[in-house]
Amino acid sequence: MSTERLFSFKNHWFAASIGVTGALVVLSLIGGFVVLPYATTTASFAGIWDAICSAAGVPRATAPSDVAKPDFTTSNVVINSQMFGAQDARSVGRGATLAMQCAICHGSNRQGQIDTPNLEGQPAAAIYKQLRDFKAGSRTNAVMAPFAVRLSEQDMLDLAAYYAYLPRQPGAHPALALDAPVIVARGAPMRSVAACSSCHGTTDAKLGTPWLDGQSAVYIKAQLQAFATGERRNDISEQMRNIARQMTALEIDAAARYYAGRP
Amino acid sequence: MLNSKRLVLAHFWLAFVVFGLALLLGEWQMFVRSPLNPWISNSDLYYRSVTAHGSAMGYVFPTLIAMGFGYAITEFALKKALIGRRWAWAGLALVAVGAITAMIPVSLGLASVLYTFYPPMIANPFFYIGVVLVVLGSWIWVALMAINLTAWKRENPGKPVPLAMFANVAGAYLWGWTAVGAAIEILLLIMPVALGLKTTIDAGLSRVFFSWTLHAIVYFWLMPTYIAYYTIFPRAIGGRLYSDAMARIAFILFVVVAMPIGVHHLFADPQVGAGFKFIQSVFTAVVALPTLMTIFTICASAELAGRLRGGKGPFGWVAALPWQNPMMLAVTFSFLMLGFGGAGGLINMSYQLDASIHNTQWITGHFHLIFGGAIVIMYFAIAYDLWPHLTGRALNSARLIKAQLWLWFVGMIVTTFPWHYVGILGMPRRMASYDYANSAIAPQALSVSLSVFGGLLLVISGGLFFAVLIRGHLAARTDPGTYQFSVAVHEPVRVPVALNGFALWVTLMIVLTAINYGYPIAQLLALKGNAVPAIYMGATR
Repeated sequence: MSTERLFSFKNHWFAASIGVTGALVVLSLIGGFVVLPYATTTASFAGIWDAICSAAGVPRATAPSDVAKPDFTTSNVVINSQMFGAQDARSVGRGATLAMQCAICHGSNRQGQIDTPNLEGQPAAAIYKQLRDFKAGSRTNAVMAPFAVRLSEQDMLDLAAYYAYLPRQPGAHPALALDAPVIVARGAPMRSVAACSSCHGTTDAKLGTPWLDGQSAVYIKAQLQAFATGERRNDISEQMRNIARQMTALEIDAAARYYAGRP
Repeated sequence: MLNSKRLVLAHFWLAFVVFGLALLLGEWQMFVRSPLNPWISNSDLYYRSVTAHGSAMGYVFPTLIAMGFGYAITEFALKKALIGRRWAWAGLALVAVGAITAMIPVSLGLASVLYTFYPPMIANPFFYIGVVLVVLGSWIWVALMAINLTAWKRENPGKPVPLAMFANVAGAYLWGWTAVGAAIEILLLIMPVALGLKTTIDAGLSRVFFSWTLHAIVYFWLMPTYIAYYTIFPRAIGGRLYSDAMARIAFILFVVVAMPIGVHHLFADPQVGAGFKFIQSVFTAVVALPTLMTIFTICASAELAGRLRGGKGPFGWVAALPWQNPMMLAVTFSFLMLGFGGAGGLINMSYQLDASIHNTQWITGHFHLIFGGAIVIMYFAIAYDLWPHLTGRALNSARLIKAQLWLWFVGMIVTTFPWHYVGILGMPRRMASYDYANSAIAPQALSVSLSVFGGLLLVISGGLFFAVLIRGHLAARTDPGTYQFSVAVHEPVRVPVALNGFALWVTLMIVLTAINYGYPIAQLLALKGNAVPAIYMGATR
């Protein structure tokens, strides 16, 4: 028996296993690459090779005319988690000087105007992205825009570094601290609304999102309404517009009040 | 004769300790996201637990069982001492060190990527290093199984390899090749990102490599179970194995087709062409064959036992079976769960049907029924069968054993059936919390609560299992006699070369991998610009 050769077509185990496997491969290739592509009613192929390439998943260029052109400036800011890594003291210092012109509205120690956000302790990525958007015009505000257009790329990085360097201030009304409303803790899954806390802190934070803890309720509410109406649209993937549109007025109120009361 | 009792016992105990801890985590997860508990308000803790549960249950527990059982089979079946026992201890040490290395970042919240890794989420490098160490330890076992088989064949030219060893080595080779996919993914794609050398990763390609491992790993978990079906069960119920050749063919089929089918886990992924999804779907259907053959052969073996015990008529043999025997009970439960789980699996592998249950709790139900149910219940049975031979003491807890097996079976059904059901209703998996107050989700609350109680039964059953094993260590010394595997109706005197080794089958396995995976991998490697930014776990974001 030890003389029996395995890898030989005279060995019927070898022949049969290769034959059956080969036949199965060929049949499923025909099925998956020829029969099924032609069975789809939506696709039209130039030829059989086209059908095979389509089933193999070969990427094909789409006609440029298919891309819809928006009638407003879209945000083109690219940020990644490595951009704001090490803290640079000189950058923070330059940022502090530049920030003197911001204090007129944003204040310091949470003493800013009620319709502006608190910037102390915000993640650098969030500050940087909004400044870039104001400068490019993808986020519009009559007061912010004139400031932002004058800022260089380095100015914006410095401002981001400075505000990220500052400690976050305690809440304006910590006595109000409320239990997280449902929209904040769980979102509204049936309306495709993710929990606020899954991006804006407490549960998780995502790159480029601001912390909302301790922000003025007026400001949060105004921004949600601006997202809902489409007045503000610098959220690249339209995530905030989709969320805000699906939120009820009561939920917007609850989220704004909750965050305003957070330390 | 078992020379490596301590080696095998060490594998089993480490495996079961890991299993016990992961079991508790599993039940905790089910409880906290059920309507029975107000939301813990911390999804991070939940995902840490899921990662620990999955990694322990998926990588550590079954690997150790396969290794320990493999060493026992080598000595029992080949009737000689294990070659390379020191290497075997080294393998065990690697698995143990790897498991601890991986679990530290997981418990610190730096590795909540789940056991399937899910790039672009990136964990602390020590998590991946730990997993790699576990795999390296298991590869030592793969090598030792090959070496022991080769040495035996050289000493016994032309003799049929004992079925248990043949099947054991089939499992080893399958795992050796299966683990390559995840190893490539970790070492070449993930590690450079985890170490900070790169900040982007091709998530699609990573998923393709993981799918290489993801399906066949289940068949690696399944191997000890199938070995027990064929080589322990007929002997334990006083019968004979219906067909030795059929058993060999079933194991060979697992080697050849269990691996190149993993793309059916990527049906919803855009980076693999529909044609390749179809081919792998076809081969997934083929992998049902060895299971169907097994069910036939084992039922036929049971019928032989029933008739030998005096059973008459078309169904009389069923009543005559030794229903008080733990192995009879375990195999029956295992088959029932395999039947339900397998039927669910056929739905998952069907391209269109999959669409309705993809990424729902149905999938969680499916793999718990197959792995936690059909497979793990046989791990218990294997331990019960081997324990007297490992400890030299009788296992005198017949009632406890039966209660344990019943509880595990009922518990697993009560856990997984509601999961399947809510999956059909659309409940997504991998979610830390659900708002049951929402009127659209509220109808799922009852089913989810039920499955928590199923999990509780599983925890109790796990407790009983430990009680039985510990009592086994405390019992009076006894001579368990020689360990016997099942004898086939027609014991093979000689078998064809093809059914006595793996050269042809491993070659076919590799060729099929090249056909089914070659192009999708090559295309993704060639494409530029498909890398996405990494998301580091636990990092300030």
